[in-house]
Amino acid sequence: MSLSGNLTLQRPGFSLRASFDFPGRGTTVLLGPSGSGKTTLLRCLAGLEPAALGRLSMNGVVWQSDDPPVFVPVHARQLGVVFQEGRLFPHLNVEGNLRYGWRRRIQPVQGAAYEGAVEMLNLGTLLQRSVQKLSGGERQRVAIGRALLAAPRLLLLDEPLSAIDRAHRDEILPYLVRLRRVLDIPMVYVTHSLEEAVCLADHIALFDSGEIASQGVLSATLSRLDLPFPFQDDLSVVIETTVIRWDADYALACLQIGDHILRVPASTKPAAERVRVRVCAKDVSIAIDPHTQDSILNKFPACVIELADAHHPAQVVLALDVAGIRFVARITRLSCATLQLSPGKMVWIQVKSAALLI
Amino acid sequence: MTSWALPSHSDWVAIVLTAQLATLTTVILLLIAMPLAWWLARTHSLAGKLVAAVVALPLVLPPTVLGFYLLIALGEQGPIGQLTNALGLGILPFSFSGLLVASVIYTLPFAVQPLQQTFASQGDGWLEAAATLGASRLDAFFSVVLPMARPGLITAAVMSFAHTVGEFGVVLMIGGNIPGKTKVVSVQLYDHVESLEFAQAHSLAAILVAFSLLALFLVQIVNRNK
Repeated sequence: MSLSGNLTLQRPGFSLRASFDFPGRGTTVLLGPSGSGKTTLLRCLAGLEPAALGRLSMNGVVWQSDDPPVFVPVHARQLGVVFQEGRLFPHLNVEGNLRYGWRRRIQPVQGAAYEGAVEMLNLGTLLQRSVQKLSGGERQRVAIGRALLAAPRLLLLDEPLSAIDRAHRDEILPYLVRLRRVLDIPMVYVTHSLEEAVCLADHIALFDSGEIASQGVLSATLSRLDLPFPFQDDLSVVIETTVIRWDADYALACLQIGDHILRVPASTKPAAERVRVRVCAKDVSIAIDPHTQDSILNKFPACVIELADAHHPAQVVLALDVAGIRFVARITRLSCATLQLSPGKMVWIQVKSAALLI
Repeated sequence: MTSWALPSHSDWVAIVLTAQLATLTTVILLLIAMPLAWWLARTHSLAGKLVAAVVALPLVLPPTVLGFYLLIALGEQGPIGQLTNALGLGILPFSFSGLLVASVIYTLPFAVQPLQQTFASQGDGWLEAAATLGASRLDAFFSVVLPMARPGLITAAVMSFAHTVGEFGVVLMIGGNIPGKTKVVSVQLYDHVESLEFAQAHSLAAILVAFSLLALFLVQIVNRNK
């Protein structure tokens, strides 16, 4: 079960060269700055770039190959695609758009699938609306619904939130997180926003200048000490964990980290019991002696696993093990020398801040 | 001198014949123009440019030139004439069918150009979306491209109809002046003027002006609501 291939596409001033093996389940996020080739790869996966060369197969079915020449046309790939600008058909109302792919689906689906999608995306009140009269957020919800109702075997989303404003983005992201949890088909999600990536990804591919610079499981990839240059500031771990309780007096959520508790700010009680929390390397400092009084809430004993030079000559990055969970830290080279840090050394990490993700 | 007369019986025969000719021309033209305009809107080939130029020729050529060549081509010695003769269809000039063929050719740019512009302005985005939702090319053409091109289709239909009603030179060259068979309103009007029947000419001319104005007004409204 996987989506794998090796594709190249030459255009004036741009070339894509991507070898990949994405899992056949869960969400793969293609992350990178604009012009790095992530949308082009998504279009190649959909079959919208006939000039692309190479091979591509989805769960063992060859979608594209040079020899023997195979190119499964877009409409036969059983896709759901959500475009950046939605691309809802202006001559159809919301229901007409939702039913367009539904009528043409190849796979049989359960009877209540249509109602289920309408309900999950909260589209019930919009059905008779003209698509020109939708807000940016509503438009993308309809676009997601339309893609889902085509009963796809692969869902592709091309920067679905980038054309809408901040407030509406926060309104849609929870729908996407829910989608990721309930969907049993693979999803490929293109974005330049690390925030969206860490909320949604199971697997991540980092794009740089038309190539995939690094790919793998989300946290393992983002916490690689040799993260390619444009992503080094993003060095972090994303931990999937349980909310033990929510402290209303101090507006803090207490999260299980091994046998430790990580306290993170949460203005309201987290809606789900399982949450993701992201800890950036720049927010982790290291101490030999934890018994000083300071404002830092989260201090855990840790073991240094590896050390590497950061891009900046004054800094080093290190990976640490806290009760079996990997953390990363970025500190100055001077501190590293002063503390005499080396692999195997037992230390304390201090987490200055951590972000609770939806 | 501006006395006025109701249309005579022969005027009505010409009006009915003109309406029949314009209706048939419009139907045939739309069937030809839809795929042709679609291809012209999407091709970047040199052949496409050449075909677009040929389609536009009737806009600049004197109708008499076009009529002359059609007369030659469709005539007994012409290539098309020999073909229609061989097929048992007879010779087309000075028949309603001949008039119809000439009208279709002469009015082609009025159908193709608005459609071509509409198709070109749609871009590829909707087609891509339709394909990802499982629609084949042909399916997408009928379920997305054509419904979205409705204003262009209406414009093309109205312009084709109105232009056929208004043609004169080509009709005279190829159809002549046979009442009930090839004598259309514009020729009937010419005959009235020739015979100094200005009162009859007035009523026909007024009908043509009113009809044309209405048609162009309709096109404006359709394009306003785009």
